Amino acid sequence: MQSQVLAGRAPRVGAGALRPGQLASAVPEALRKLDPRRQVRMPVMFVTEVGAALTTVLALWHGGWFGWLITVWLWLTVVFANLAEAVAESRGRAQADSLRRTRQQTNARKLIGWRLGAEVEAQQVAAEELRRGDHVVVEAGQLIPGDGDVVEGVASVDESAITGESAPVIRESGGDRSAVTGGTRVLSDRIVVEITSDPGRSFLDRMIALVEGAQRRKTPNELALNLLLVALTFVFLVAVVTLQPMAIFSKQANGATPVSGALTANGVTGVVLVGLLVCLIPTTIGALLSAIGIAGMDRMVQRNVLAMSGRAVEAAGDVHTLLLDKTGTITFGNRQASDFHPIGGAGEDELAEAALLASLADETPEGRSIVEFARRHYGFADLAESSSAELVPFSATTRMSGVDLTEPKVRQLRKGAARAIANWVRQAGGTVPRELEQVVDQVSETGSTPLAVAECVDGKARVLGVIQLKDVVKPGLAARFAELRTMGIKTVMITGDNPVTAKAIAAEAGVDEFMAEATPEQKLARIKAEQAEGKLVAMTGDGTNDAPALAQADVGVAMNTGTSAAKEAGNMVDLDSDPTKIIEIVEIGKQLLITRGALTAFSIANDVAKYFAILPAMFGVVYPGLKALNVMGLHSAQSAIMSAVVFNALIIVALIPLALRGVRYRPAGASALLTRNLWVYGLGGLIAPFIAIKALDLCLVRFLPGM
Amino acid sequence: MSTAGWLQAAFLLMVLVAVHVPLGDYMARAFTSDRHWRIEKAIYRTVGIDPDGEQDWRRYLTATLAFTAMSIAALFFLFLWQDLLPWDHGHPGLGWMLALNTAVSFTTNTSWQNYAGETTMGHVSVMAGLGVQAFASAAVGLCVALALVRGLTRHSTKDLGNFWVDLVRSIVRILLPIAAVAGIVLLALGVEQNLHGTQLSPTLAGGAGTQKIVGGPVASWEPIKLMSGDGGGFFNASSAHPFENPNAWSNGIEILLMLLVPVAFIRTFGRLVGSLKQSWTLLTVVGILFVGLLLAASLAQGAHSGTVPTAVGGQTEGTEVRFGVPGSTMFGLSATGSADGAANSSYDSFSSLGGGTLMAAMMLGEIAPGGTGSGLYGLIMIVLVAVFIGGLMVGRTPEYLRKRIGVGEMRYVVSYALVAPTLILVASAIAVALPAGRAGMGNSGAHGLSEVVYAATSTTQSNGSSFGGLSGNTPFYNLGMCVTMLVGRYLPMVFVLALAGRLAGQKPGAVTTGTLRASGVNFVALATGAAVLLALLNFLPALSLGPLADGMR
Repeated sequence: MQSQVLAGRAPRVGAGALRPGQLASAVPEALRKLDPRRQVRMPVMFVTEVGAALTTVLALWHGGWFGWLITVWLWLTVVFANLAEAVAESRGRAQADSLRRTRQQTNARKLIGWRLGAEVEAQQVAAEELRRGDHVVVEAGQLIPGDGDVVEGVASVDESAITGESAPVIRESGGDRSAVTGGTRVLSDRIVVEITSDPGRSFLDRMIALVEGAQRRKTPNELALNLLLVALTFVFLVAVVTLQPMAIFSKQANGATPVSGALTANGVTGVVLVGLLVCLIPTTIGALLSAIGIAGMDRMVQRNVLAMSGRAVEAAGDVHTLLLDKTGTITFGNRQASDFHPIGGAGEDELAEAALLASLADETPEGRSIVEFARRHYGFADLAESSSAELVPFSATTRMSGVDLTEPKVRQLRKGAARAIANWVRQAGGTVPRELEQVVDQVSETGSTPLAVAECVDGKARVLGVIQLKDVVKPGLAARFAELRTMGIKTVMITGDNPVTAKAIAAEAGVDEFMAEATPEQKLARIKAEQAEGKLVAMTGDGTNDAPALAQADVGVAMNTGTSAAKEAGNMVDLDSDPTKIIEIVEIGKQLLITRGALTAFSIANDVAKYFAILPAMFGVVYPGLKALNVMGLHSAQSAIMSAVVFNALIIVALIPLALRGVRYRPAGASALLTRNLWVYGLGGLIAPFIAIKALDLCLVRFLPGM
Repeated sequence: MSTAGWLQAAFLLMVLVAVHVPLGDYMARAFTSDRHWRIEKAIYRTVGIDPDGEQDWRRYLTATLAFTAMSIAALFFLFLWQDLLPWDHGHPGLGWMLALNTAVSFTTNTSWQNYAGETTMGHVSVMAGLGVQAFASAAVGLCVALALVRGLTRHSTKDLGNFWVDLVRSIVRILLPIAAVAGIVLLALGVEQNLHGTQLSPTLAGGAGTQKIVGGPVASWEPIKLMSGDGGGFFNASSAHPFENPNAWSNGIEILLMLLVPVAFIRTFGRLVGSLKQSWTLLTVVGILFVGLLLAASLAQGAHSGTVPTAVGGQTEGTEVRFGVPGSTMFGLSATGSADGAANSSYDSFSSLGGGTLMAAMMLGEIAPGGTGSGLYGLIMIVLVAVFIGGLMVGRTPEYLRKRIGVGEMRYVVSYALVAPTLILVASAIAVALPAGRAGMGNSGAHGLSEVVYAATSTTQSNGSSFGGLSGNTPFYNLGMCVTMLVGRYLPMVFVLALAGRLAGQKPGAVTTGTLRASGVNFVALATGAAVLLALLNFLPALSLGPLADGMR
């Protein structure tokens, strides 16, 4: 599952393999779950419990060690099923507890009647009293009392309580980094926060409820599967109940045959009949179904993804199209200088020096990369500091930045978009060589961004050349997208770049399609268009203008650093704010469904062996020919029935780790997955119990001589 | 089975596969054409139907059930008062219970016969009653299957087509023309066709001995009896009687007729969903199930144990010497596998395991290839169960032909799947438990139980063949079978049409490499495995006390 690029940090709460201790500590909860009112929600296990109760009565009535043994193992079957669920829940609870510890009693300093710019007196109130729309002021060292948006100021915030990430993050008013979460701590500065959630509805509250499974509702696929399991249970109930009159008839028609422990003149004994029923109904998948669902949510949480519902996790497995923002997801997000192209007789060193000087005012990552590139490759180590200069910062109107020098001579240096620079040169009376356009086009075609550099000395302006800024694609992504392609998922790169740049980066990253010069509206339209073709769309987003698209997408993953609007609109939040996480989310969704399907197939296929164990044991006395069905060569009728019942109970425990971990999943097409799972779990489910029941029979006969 | 037997079976199956292509294509055109034939227009005008009006699933179902109710009533009174009609040749009207049982039996495409044909039915009852219903009941099966296919192929709509148009076209364009041609061929091969009663004629040996020659409209009924999946015989001996099935050639043609429409309809399905790959895939599943059963039955029937079977090379008891063991086995399996109750031998006299195989062919759900129309919808229901589990196994919400199989769809799929096993097992248990049920058994012990289970299976699955040992003309069986036949036929139809309605309302999903392909080796294994496993799990206990106990000694 993990790749080098996306390798997450260590999970916040212990995850992965099941420790034996967890099983043991879940036993009390498993016993509490025997309450029939709780069992009713799981029809398969409810039938098992009723059966166990019935055999208890029968054992009390008739006694006999065989009846008691079966009874004990039937109860154990129910307990093991409860154990699976209890273990899964306990792992969620551990996470909830660690979250709850962060929810301390806090006081808030509420600002009544706050308006931007107005000075308002703060009033001490308890955090629980805060309502949506209230304003609070939070200063360094204080806990943020509730979820909200920063409306004034900027601060560094420690969000480790929520995300597990210890590095502080910047939160500021306006823009896409304004959302703060209750329970996190302001480390520096002062901010005013507008509260966006009512008490008990905060992000933390929802998160605790989610990992605890308190809000767990059955997902659509789970409901459908449950329907199938109920139907199977019903039909086996019919098969077993109707078997009794046929058994009585068969016994009567062969009156001379002796009475056995399993079959008397009154038909099959109740204990054996119940044992047969429990063996046939799909107890294995019935017992593990809810554990699989809880564990699926749990795996999301372990990867620091909060899914607002299990439905969203399932939808992730169904996704056809992934919309990925270029910046931050596909590329590192900061373009870096990779080449200088001199123009019109300017030397390469001359260009490099001018680029370096013009970039000193530029604190953007691009600007810093130019400085670094010029220093490293052209050796202008001390130049910058020694110059006396007036820095001209970038502005949206000029679309240029640069520096005005007075020493050694009056010299103005500018760098910026090619058209802006060309205009500047012409206004200053210079001419723009046609070469500029050619070089700019060349650079653009490779997917890089061209920045033109020009100077004006003594009123004479000329173009020096072009800086090539390269968008660096994250390593390993191409392989990842190829995997997605085999899974049948199309990747679409969304970028504000021009089509030429977009095309080059799309080719380098290996995405299937791209949308250049995309606006939020176009993004939304694209999602709707995909959905109209019957496709399910997943996307990530963080900005407020992403919110409509996040809401429209079938799976919308909001970044935790994003705005409250984005988080509200999506159905998942990634606490790490790692846009590539969506790939893992898809995989977890698929793994969840595969685990259910595989264990269902396994559970149903198991029944064949159980028939071969129990039918000859029941009727071999009346019809000795049926003993030929005892292909496993089980020792006696009792040992055969016992072995099947014990196998049926133990297989639940044996599969708990698999249910919690999920079946092995490697990205592949449907055909490859079906081949693997059909043969491993379908055919395996057919064969495995023959071997296991035979082994159990050998053990039982050895250790229980009466068998 | 002998080499000649295998060659015969292989030849018939090859002819079947060759013929099913043009016929299936023709049927697809017949059902999708937007032109009405003149005779069809006349029918619509007479009955007062707008042939271009569409029906949602509820109205489609209402039409199906209304047509059925009318058919049962018409048949019931026809049988009750058949002595008032011409060519009754002295046969009295049927008792109300037998009349009801027979009316239900032929309307539900079951054609279970609690009577001996030649000594009970007047010729008008045969021609206007049984013969007409053979066409109508088969057409109803095709209608429901068509509605399901439309549910799969249409989207964002409630319309499932028009029951009356589907019914009329099934009869006028498909069943009648084939029946006419086949009837003439069978006539030429020696099947009788007249309106005589029973005539006495001297025997070949001469002297004072005479034999009774029963006359009747046989050739006109024979083809549709076989094609429709209906299967009621004019004679008690059904297709074992030389006037119904004179020789090996007619036997081969009759086998073909039984399998023809259900198999061709698979091709029609492929055409209608726009993917012949789909039809070849389903045909493969059906082929594997059919050949597997044929193999099992042949092994059982060809087993030599005991002096006589060893001497003649197989279980000849109850078989017609004209057809031999292979011809009887192939016929028996084609009949039970295609929901056709016809017989050219006594299934009760098959070896226990051979008879058990015939039972198993029905217990599979009548899908290999199953009844006319009903075979396809039964098969699709099994496929949906398989696709549901398979879909989960590839990590997606299950889909079939771009339609999602969610909670709403599964509700109808599992309901469908529950009807037959529940009905069969409960009916068998009641019959075995009650003295009235036991009284009908022709044998004791395991074989008696087999007779009862066979009857319950045959009537529930609209097959109609029987283990002849059971005496069914008693109040218990006459009325009990009415229940199994009616519920076993129409309750599943309700679920199929409801499902069709749901599917039609869906928007189609997108197909990618991540989507479970409904074709290929894995899919065939999945679907075949699901069909076998579900039948095995449902019925193994009952089978173990019936044919298995009987046969494994």
